[in-house]
Amino acid sequence: MRVAIVDRPIDVEALVAEVARHSNGASVLFLGTVRDVNDGRDVSGIEYTAYRSMAELELRRIAEEAAERYDTVDIVSEHRLGVLELGDVSVAIAVAHPHRASAFDAARFVIEELKRRVPIWKLEQYVDGTREWVEAGKSSQPAALGEGA
Amino acid sequence: MTVTVLLFASYADALGSSAITLDLAPGATVRDLIDRLQQLRGADRLPPAPLVAVNQSYARSNQVLSPADEIAVIPPVAGG
Repeated sequence: MRVAIVDRPIDVEALVAEVARHSNGASVLFLGTVRDVNDGRDVSGIEYTAYRSMAELELRRIAEEAAERYDTVDIVSEHRLGVLELGDVSVAIAVAHPHRASAFDAARFVIEELKRRVPIWKLEQYVDGTREWVEAGKSSQPAALGEGA
Repeated sequence: MTVTVLLFASYADALGSSAITLDLAPGATVRDLIDRLQQLRGADRLPPAPLVAVNQSYARSNQVLSPADEIAVIPPVAGG
């Protein structure tokens, strides 16, 4: 298991290789990429910033929870920071497991929890030259988090 | 006691800084910190009960603070 917050392009093939093991019959790779439209606005790029030390710690906690819940230590996740262009990979999660169902479930768990808990923010840059903080988390973030989930 | 509070993203923009120091009474809680924070100029752009992390873990509003704590106010997260 390994997690990292990085400032360079994510080498997705390296992540898949990292979780490979002869006892695993399934590998799942999730990639999050920069999309060209958000909320009806044309996006030209996204600047990702983070509370870096906590982001890495929280991502590690999530990977540990996934490892325990789905019974595999073969989980690797990287999230990239900085200015990313359309199509760039912002986050990658590779999971391998003896069986596919748990590999899919574990990868899904990591990305959903990451989006809910890891302190990373998007400053979206639009084609019209404006920029805005994305606060999509506001609607989906459980109130319970503020009370120490 | 004096505590340092880290601010990020839209909250840093709202308060015009990425770190501020606040004077709090000894034994102050996260709730007290938020009340003090809300008095600052620009804080009207923050929600009534923003998330707070203490020593890199999300904190309850009744958690007691100490000057050595690493305190951060966390805007709605948007990773991925």
